[in-house]
Amino acid sequence: MSDYCILEEPFYQPQGREVGLYEAAYAARLPVMVKGPTGCGKSRFVEYMAWKLGKPLITVACNEDMTASDLVGRYLLEANGTRWLDGPLTTAARIGAICYLDEIVEARQDTTVVIHPLTDHRRTLPLDKKGELVQAHPDFQLVISYNPGYQSLMKDLKQSTKQRFTAFDFDYPAPELETTILAKETGLAEGTAAKLVKVGQAGRNLKGHGLDEGISTRLLVYAATLIKRGVDARDACRMALVRPITDDADIRATLDHAIDSTFV
Amino acid sequence: MADVDSDLVAYQHPLMRQYWARLDSRFPQVAEVFEEMMAEALLVIDRPDLDAYLDAAGFLGKLGRGVEPILVFLEEWPSVVAAMGKEGHIVLPRVMDFVKAMQKSPNGKAIAPFLQTLAAVARRLQSAEQLQHYLDIARDLMTRTTGSIHGHHTTFPSPGLPQLFEQAPRLLELLSIGGLKNWVEYGIRNYSHHPERQEEYFGLRLADSRAVLQRERRGTLFADVERQLSLYLRALWRDDDQLVPYSTAFDELRKPVPYYDRLGLRVPDVFEDSGAIAGIDRYRAVLAHMVGHRRWSTPQIADNWSPFQRMAVEFFEDCRVETLLIREFPGLRRIFRALHPKPVEDACDPETTSCLRHRLAMFSRACLDPDHGYRDADLNEFVRRFHALLADGPASTAEIAGLALAYVARTRRQSDQLPKVRFEDTVIDYRDDNRHLWTFIEDSDDEDFFDDPNKQLAKESEIVGLPPRHYHEWDYATQTFRPDWASVYEALHPSGNSADIDKLLLKHAALAKQLKRLLDLLKPQDKVRIRYQEEGSELDLDVALRALIDFKGGATPDPRINMSHRTDGRDIAVLLLVDLSESLKQKLGAGEAAQTILELSQEAVSLLAWAIDRLGDPLAIAGFHSNTRHEVRYQHIKGFSERWDDTVKARVAAMEAGWSTRMGAALRHAGHYLGARKADKRILLLLTDGEPADIDVTDPQHLRADTKKAVEELDAQGIATFCLSLDPGADEYVREIFGNRFRVLDRIERLPEQLPMLYLSLTK
Repeated sequence: MSDYCILEEPFYQPQGREVGLYEAAYAARLPVMVKGPTGCGKSRFVEYMAWKLGKPLITVACNEDMTASDLVGRYLLEANGTRWLDGPLTTAARIGAICYLDEIVEARQDTTVVIHPLTDHRRTLPLDKKGELVQAHPDFQLVISYNPGYQSLMKDLKQSTKQRFTAFDFDYPAPELETTILAKETGLAEGTAAKLVKVGQAGRNLKGHGLDEGISTRLLVYAATLIKRGVDARDACRMALVRPITDDADIRATLDHAIDSTFV
Repeated sequence: MADVDSDLVAYQHPLMRQYWARLDSRFPQVAEVFEEMMAEALLVIDRPDLDAYLDAAGFLGKLGRGVEPILVFLEEWPSVVAAMGKEGHIVLPRVMDFVKAMQKSPNGKAIAPFLQTLAAVARRLQSAEQLQHYLDIARDLMTRTTGSIHGHHTTFPSPGLPQLFEQAPRLLELLSIGGLKNWVEYGIRNYSHHPERQEEYFGLRLADSRAVLQRERRGTLFADVERQLSLYLRALWRDDDQLVPYSTAFDELRKPVPYYDRLGLRVPDVFEDSGAIAGIDRYRAVLAHMVGHRRWSTPQIADNWSPFQRMAVEFFEDCRVETLLIREFPGLRRIFRALHPKPVEDACDPETTSCLRHRLAMFSRACLDPDHGYRDADLNEFVRRFHALLADGPASTAEIAGLALAYVARTRRQSDQLPKVRFEDTVIDYRDDNRHLWTFIEDSDDEDFFDDPNKQLAKESEIVGLPPRHYHEWDYATQTFRPDWASVYEALHPSGNSADIDKLLLKHAALAKQLKRLLDLLKPQDKVRIRYQEEGSELDLDVALRALIDFKGGATPDPRINMSHRTDGRDIAVLLLVDLSESLKQKLGAGEAAQTILELSQEAVSLLAWAIDRLGDPLAIAGFHSNTRHEVRYQHIKGFSERWDDTVKARVAAMEAGWSTRMGAALRHAGHYLGARKADKRILLLLTDGEPADIDVTDPQHLRADTKKAVEELDAQGIATFCLSLDPGADEYVREIFGNRFRVLDRIERLPEQLPMLYLSLTK
């Protein structure tokens, strides 16, 4: 169980009242959904809350090939018979951890249905193959994250799933706050951090005009880390902020110009 | 007037007398001005070259073309030499060679225009080598456009040559010598057989000639960077207004200045690089400046201020927004500073000239450039006050106007009223004209309404049908596009009697049954296997074996050994383009059974439409024919979302043949519709009975090459073009145009059967 505990405090800069609200939701053991664009701090927030509440955290990155048994558990064949192995969701329910399903929409829809009994008043998880009904530990809580922006129209959560959660809507932090985050996370000087944020803003303005997603806070942190390591600011920006997000020559030229105009 | 004997002209100076004798001219008009012109010539022409100069002038006087050539030469040549510098003496024999060539050809009349603009051309070109290129281009034009009858004698002068000489200085202002060559080449290629057009082309009076000129211009063309600029506006300034280019090539008297109004931001259509600043950065500077005004400027009431005061307020306000812009993006300072002129402090003499503009430009420079180095105490004080005003916040237009008025009042001089104004180094070309900065309470006395607004409305409503779309056309000879060359008019196809089509379908009932069986076969073939399933409909043997081996070997086996199936919908959009040219009227067979190709096409189109309708793929049908490049008709028969019903059948029933086949334009227009479809596979099916041709094109290769280009363009858009040709002799060109995507139908009678079959096999 200690494997899942977070020992050191992760750096998290609250953007609003989300910490208090989360604590209230946890006190009532309500399931929580965290929405927001990629790299805006969703996972970091969940990690921070797990640390603050002193609960173990089990994270599952969902993907298209994931089946229900990847979550719940399965029988493994062995030389002298079979053995049951709990999946991450079952483990969390047994030990009373916070189970964090990252990018839940990536999983197939039949997979997401298995979480339903855990998210309402029943708080149980039926293991039909094993014939067991796991009663969730009193400390267990389910958290999912999901990025409403970039997925295709085909992938969306079912209403029946959505309506089992309380939700936080995350976005990239306001410029001043983002500057503080960059400075605290990487130790970069505030002035340079503010310039990085400026470039980031330019990129975010282009969302929907050739960019699917704006430049994320995570990428800004990468750029700040590179600068901190002595890389020239312009090179760092090009490498961490522009090249990863676009192959479009016009957008690249525009963002390069924004970098040159910001870092003089 | 009688010729003057050289002895009658009495020159005081012996040298001058000697020059006059060498010139050997008897024109009294020349005698009148000779002394004056020689004085000028002696300033720039070296003594040893004088004889050659005088000989050349004398020769021009004896051409039998009157006094004009010699006069023009005497007047212009010193300027040419001045422009060429040390290379002056190399140029003369080359120019004279060319003059002799013109004299020998029927183009003697062009000699005077040639000499007339030679000095201006030389000033632009600056080197003997470049001038030689110019002469080569002119000579090329001359030899290729001088008219001949039966190819024996050159009898008609080149209509374009004098026009070219007349336009040359202006052309070279806009084009590099390479660009000029392309422009001339285009004119020769396309207008060599049409004297009036050719004259208009080289006189820049033809839309075409302006379009090509625009394409060949130096610098950064707006059209090339438009997307980048709108991205720039959006990314850096969160502005998404329309960008509207204005032409800079044809307005000579008043150079237009950037501005913005409610219709958008107006920017020039081209920017040349300026020193170290690239054209794109000049555009960015213009846009940034205008954005600055949009953000921070508020209109002021202009009535109570004099024009001078308004000018000062404009300069100060421009400085304010630029300072604020630089605060936002410090990198802009480099661009602004490089583009801003640097007025020299004492360059303007306040005794004789109005220096207000100069003072304001200096102030503006000083605000932008901390190392301005100006010593003027007032200026430095106001720059300090300017920065103090902006130190904590953006201030406001009204505050800055107060400062500007104070500056004008402090530095006012009587001479500001003088008519002679110093403009050098005061024009800041990335700034807009500040029309947004002023509101007038009282209307001025000028009458602004030249046109009755109602009249314009009436004119607009006259247009019937859709306006034409223009498409470029590939010119294989020059390997360039002819801009906006073909006009495509789209219209709804007229309707006939839909029962006719039902009758046709009935006739092919047997074929329809056969097709139906094929369609049913085609439908369920769209199954997709999903492998690696823990639970599925079938065992996936490969994976199961692998898992068993793992298990036997003692490793943990993969439990995902099943697979299942999923039906996948067809996602195909088809556009059938039918050639409706005159040749479709041709009859096949004899007697009662004779059918025209058109009728066969109708049957085939009907069957195909019926079959595709049953399959459920979106299908559009259109017909086309052309009557020269000015009238390519594209007729809408069925749209993607229309069902195969009586309305559509009625249009097919009314299909008629006529005119020619300009395929490229029709393909591009069809591609424009197909490109907008969101389907996995987009197919353009072309049904034609011959090669591309039109009555205004004599070279059969031209339209073939254009069609090939159009097919390539479609390919690049992800649209597959397939041609079904009914021309038995198509083999020689169809592969060249369509690559492997074609089929030639030898027995046209089988078309109704073959077209649906072809489609089915294409999409299987």
